[in-house]
Amino acid sequence: MIHVESLSKTYDSGFQALSDVDLEIRRGEIFALLGPNGAGKTTLISVICGLVNASRGRVLVDGHDNVRDFRRARERIGLVPQELTSEAFSTVWDTVSFSRGLFGKPKDPRHIETVLRSLSLWDKRRNRLITLSGGMKRRVLIAKALAHEPEILFLDEPTAGVDVELRRDMWEVVRGLRDSGVTIILTTHYIEEAEEMADRIGVIRGGSLVLVEEKRELMRKLGRKELTLHLREPITRVPATLDGHRLTLADDGHALVYTYDGRHNGEDDQAGIAELLADLDAAGIRFKDLHTRQSSLEEIFVSLVRETT
Amino acid sequence: MNLQSVKTIYLAEMARSLRTVLQSIVSPVISTSLYFVVFGAAIGTRISEVEGVSYGAFIVPGLIMLMLLTQSVSNASFGIFFPRFSGSIYEILSAPISYFEVVLGFVGAAATKSVILGLIVLGTASLFVPFSIAHPLVMLLFLVLTALTFSLLGFIIGIWADGFEKLQLVPLLVITPLTFLGGTFYSIDMLPPFWQAVTLANPVVYLVSGFRWSFYGLGDVSIWASLGMIALFLAVSLGVVSWIFRTGYRLKP
Ligand SMILES: Nc1ncnc2c1ncn2[C@@H]1O[C@H](COP(=O)(O)OP(=O)(O)OP(=O)(O)O)[C@@H](O)[C@H]1O
Ligand SMILES: [Mg+2]
Repeated sequence: MIHVESLSKTYDSGFQALSDVDLEIRRGEIFALLGPNGAGKTTLISVICGLVNASRGRVLVDGHDNVRDFRRARERIGLVPQELTSEAFSTVWDTVSFSRGLFGKPKDPRHIETVLRSLSLWDKRRNRLITLSGGMKRRVLIAKALAHEPEILFLDEPTAGVDVELRRDMWEVVRGLRDSGVTIILTTHYIEEAEEMADRIGVIRGGSLVLVEEKRELMRKLGRKELTLHLREPITRVPATLDGHRLTLADDGHALVYTYDGRHNGEDDQAGIAELLADLDAAGIRFKDLHTRQSSLEEIFVSLVRETT
Repeated sequence: MNLQSVKTIYLAEMARSLRTVLQSIVSPVISTSLYFVVFGAAIGTRISEVEGVSYGAFIVPGLIMLMLLTQSVSNASFGIFFPRFSGSIYEILSAPISYFEVVLGFVGAAATKSVILGLIVLGTASLFVPFSIAHPLVMLLFLVLTALTFSLLGFIIGIWADGFEKLQLVPLLVITPLTFLGGTFYSIDMLPPFWQAVTLANPVVYLVSGFRWSFYGLGDVSIWASLGMIALFLAVSLGVVSWIFRTGYRLKP
C-alpha cells in the first residue's frame, strides 16, 4: 500500500533525521512505529504525507509517486498530526466539512455525521474549537482526517494527552476503521497500545529503521521468558550444583526465577529447562507450582533501544 | 484542476471575514469618512481645484487605491500567515491540491474582499462629493488587477513573515509610505521638478494615476504606463509565488 524506498532526510540545519529508510506497509494492516523522542517518526510520516521534502529516495502510495503524482497519492491519505492545531474560531462541523472539501470531495453531511458520532463529537458539532478540551480537539483532528474517507490513516501519537477512557474509545474507532479496510499507521509512546493494536511493528532509532516485524513474531523472537518456581520449602541460597542455570532467588527464598532468552529459537533453552528440572530434583528442591511469563513489548522495546545505543 | 478544493478554501476564507464583518467593513468606511472630513472639507476649501476637478473628487481614486492596497496586503498576508502560525497549514499541504489552486483560493478570496471594499469606499465617497467615472470598465479592470496583485504580494508577505512584527512591517514601512507619497492626495505636478522625478520611481504613482484616469480622463503618467506597471507587478508577484512553491520556501522543511 505504501512503499518507501531508500528515504533520507537532512534538514536545512544539517541534521539528518532519516537515513536510508526502506519500508513496506501492507494494505489493511495496523502498523505501529515506535521510537524514542527525536527518532524521526514524525519526519517519516511528514515525508510520506508531503509536508516535508525528502532529500533522497521515493515514496509510492498505492503505486503513485507522492511527488510526481501527488494528487492521487494524497487523496488516499488522512493525517492526524502530533501537535494540536486548529482554527480556533470555527465550529467542529465547519472545520470537519472544510477538510472534506479541501480534499476535493463533494459535500456529504451524512458521512460527516457518521464520523462525528463515531468519535462522540456529535453533541459538540456547533461548538467552537477554542471551547473544546485537548482530548476533544484531538478527536476533531481525527474527524478531520476521516472526513474525506481515506484509505490510509496516519495517526501521529493520537493518544498523547488523552485520558484512559477516551483512549479506549479511540482504539475502538481505529479497530472499526481497520475492519472497514483502512490501512493504519500510528506512532505512540504507549507501547502497550502498539502491543494491543498493531499487526506489525517498526522500531526507528536515530533516523534508521532498526527493525520491522510481525508483532507476534517480534514478541516470540525477542521476548525474554521467565520461569518462576514456587518452592515447597524456602531456601537461603541457590545450591552450588545449580550454578550453571542462571537462577535467582525471589520472594524471600520461596521462589526461584529462571530467565531465558526466546531469541535463540528456544532449543537450547528447552533443553535447559529439562536439565534444570532434573538438577533441581537431584538437589532435593521440591516445588509446588510454576509459571512462565513472556516479557511485554515495552520491555522488549526498552532493551532493543538500549542495545543499539 | 481541483475546483472543489479551490472553492472550499475560497469560501472558508470568505467566511472568516464574515465573522469579522464589522471590523472589515466598518473600519474602512470610517477611515474613508475621516479622510474626507480632513482632506476634502478642511484642505479642500483651500485648494479649490486640481486640473479642473474639485479637490474632494480628485482624491477619491487615490483614497480607494490606498484602501485597496493596504487591505489586500493585510487580508491576504493574514489569511496564509494564520494557518502557518497555528499549524493548521499541515492540512492544506497534505491535501491533493496544487500550489496554484492554493493560491487561487487564498488570493482569490482576499482580492474579492478588496474589490468589495473598494466599491464600498467608492459608495461612501459618493456621499461626500459628487464625481463621475469616465471609463467604468477601465476602473473595474484597475480595481481587480490591483486587488489581485497586492493580494499576491500579501500572500508572499504572509509566507515570508515568521512573526506578527514582520507581518506588519512591510505594510507599515513600504506600502503605506509609498501610497501616501504616490499622489494619493495630490497631483505630482504640484511638486518641485526634482521631487517629481523621484516620485516617478514610486510604482504606486502609476497605479493611482491610471486609476484616476479611469475617473477623470487625466493622470500624472499615461494610462499605458499605468497598465504596464500593474502588469509588471502582477508578473513579478506571480513569479515569486511560483518560486515559493517550487522550493517550498518557509512551507516545507
Ligand atoms: N524542521 C526541522 N529542522 C531541523 N531539525 C528538525 C526539524 N524537524 C525535526 N527535526 C529534528 O529531526 C529529528 C527527528 O524529529 P521527529 O519529529 O521526526 O522525531 P519523532 O520521532 O517524531 O519524535 P517525538 O517522539 O518526540 O515526536 C529531531 O532530532 C528533530 O530535532
Ligand atoms: Mg513526533
